Amino acid sequence: MKTWFFTEDAYPYLPDPKTYESIRVNLPNRNYDPKKGAELYSLYLDLWCYAEELGMEIMLNEHHQTATCVIPAGPVMLGALARLTRKSRLLILGNPIANRNQPVRVAEEMAMVDLLSNGRLECGFVRGVPYESSAANITAFRGTERLWEAHDLIVKAWTTHDGPFNFEGRWHHHRQVNIWPRPLQQPHPPVWVTVGSAASTIRVSKEKYVGAVFLAGYGGIRRIFDGYRDNYLKAHGTPAPLDRLAYCALVYVGDNPQLAREGADKLLWYMTSNKVPPQFQNPPGYHPPAVSSKIIKGAGDVMMPATPTLDKQMAAGNVFAGTPDQVFAQIKAFWEYSGGFGHLLMMGQAGFLTREETMRSMELFAREVYPRLKELNAGYDEGRMQELRKSLPDVAQVPMAGIGLDFVR
Amino acid sequence: MSETNATKMKLQGIDLEVRRKGRGPAMLVLHGGNGPITGYPFADKLAEHFQLIEPVHPGFAGSNIPEHFDNLEDLVYLYLDLMDALDLKDAIVMGNSLGGWTAAEIAVRNSQRIGRLILVDSVGIKAGDRDSRDRADIFALPVAELTRLTWHDPARAPNPSKMSEEEEVQILASNRVALSMYGWDPYLHNPKLRYRLHRIKAPTLFIWGESDGLVTPAYGRAFSAMVAGSTLEVIPKAGHAPHLEQPDAFVQKVLAFAKQTGAKA
Repeated sequence: MKTWFFTEDAYPYLPDPKTYESIRVNLPNRNYDPKKGAELYSLYLDLWCYAEELGMEIMLNEHHQTATCVIPAGPVMLGALARLTRKSRLLILGNPIANRNQPVRVAEEMAMVDLLSNGRLECGFVRGVPYESSAANITAFRGTERLWEAHDLIVKAWTTHDGPFNFEGRWHHHRQVNIWPRPLQQPHPPVWVTVGSAASTIRVSKEKYVGAVFLAGYGGIRRIFDGYRDNYLKAHGTPAPLDRLAYCALVYVGDNPQLAREGADKLLWYMTSNKVPPQFQNPPGYHPPAVSSKIIKGAGDVMMPATPTLDKQMAAGNVFAGTPDQVFAQIKAFWEYSGGFGHLLMMGQAGFLTREETMRSMELFAREVYPRLKELNAGYDEGRMQELRKSLPDVAQVPMAGIGLDFVR
Repeated sequence: MSETNATKMKLQGIDLEVRRKGRGPAMLVLHGGNGPITGYPFADKLAEHFQLIEPVHPGFAGSNIPEHFDNLEDLVYLYLDLMDALDLKDAIVMGNSLGGWTAAEIAVRNSQRIGRLILVDSVGIKAGDRDSRDRADIFALPVAELTRLTWHDPARAPNPSKMSEEEEVQILASNRVALSMYGWDPYLHNPKLRYRLHRIKAPTLFIWGESDGLVTPAYGRAFSAMVAGSTLEVIPKAGHAPHLEQPDAFVQKVLAFAKQTGAKA
């Protein structure tokens, strides 16, 4: 199993949440101290470099107008990482191409990063969370269709080498597409796409892209991974390789249960800090009416659990935390329940988790958990896994309006 | 109360719901972002004088958004087709909010079937400079603020948390999606409209709720100033929907305008 170290690059030094309406979209940036921000960028870059030192891969993402993730231009951070690191694969998950008006520009940026990193780019595409709609001034309506049109244009731009081509789609018009440079990896860098439902896996599995699931937990993972595997088998006639599936969870490893718990509690900031009012959770056209109506009626827990607790999130399969043995056991149990996946996206830092606390967890993970996960994956056998999976009954399926919805596309 | 007769008309491959009420000269009613309006008391009063014809904009009241629809222009051409199909002549076209914008867009394209135009708290133009938010950003406002800006008496606002029918709330949600499809960007206006408004030849009345905070009476005055010969009537103690908050005053303004301009009312 490949593990990708991930931090959202939060800016956690915020006033009392009672004093603001939302951590996203409209929290004035006077609350952002650029000096502290610069220090944080250094910290996060150091953590990624440390992940490489420990033999892990690197993942980052992109959000806009929010203190939860201060990377509004993922490709810029990737450009820095391309020169600060030498070995690790660099995953951006992802480019919010449903919200970007120039897919050709995205193709160019990704080609540059691929060259700067000497072919280490893994290129993710996402629809983006609902809160991005206001920040991008892009309607969420038909976001998925818009994503795929942008994707088609980007891949065509990467793979066309005989002069300008014409593209006049529903949203994007370019009459002379001919990007310089072009990517180093051939025919193009590996592609990842986030998935949040069985239906969303159809195109992703057809393209043999990595389908990445964020925090769907026990309640949602089978529906999504089973969907991917079924659709992959239908499209290609062979089972989906393990490395086509990825799962993202919060992970904290401590020297003892007490320290692990303290670290994981700090990591939980990712969930507890996400104060977002209904108008930004529910831009028109993002959610299906059944979900949208719940938010309109005042449901507070559609996007994130209203009062997340560590125990509940651990039980749900959204947080893996404990000593190395405990964390391995938790991941193994989830891996078996889900039918297996080849990539663990490890959200290993959030909020006020310090440099030292984060690095200690990373070390323990790399030294004592990671080798066992690799072994686990190496022993993967499709038939045996399906037998095992059948012996593990479904836990209660969480309806779509669960935490996994955050990343549904 | 007059009876509403709803029929489906096939136009552009769309099953368009058209609601009719009352007898008399035709009045095409184009509703705003909250959905059809001919079910409200003001419409019963108007139905004593006119045949109200209210198409339900695709996407509203539980209908589907047609695959080829991207923005308001699609609605405008659907209704140009509708007016032809109904063979309307000398019709009064009345629209509120989004519907007012639609009516203006229809009128600048083809005024031949339009006798008079009534725009009620209508969006559609950019009135101020680029930095001014002359139409409230309804998709970014908390519900309480939206309610305060929309209504003179906020107690009139529908309260989704008290709606017992799930379907009712889902229709609210779908209406919002449709509204955004018609008016997300450019936001609830067409930058070109102001250069086309001179093409409106029909007598035009603007009606505005004095307390409208979504598009204020000042916006209404700016809009009215762009339509030569138009008049603006401001109704006190009414917000964005004067036809709902002050039905009597509203109907009186409409009837006076229809009479003054020679409608057979």
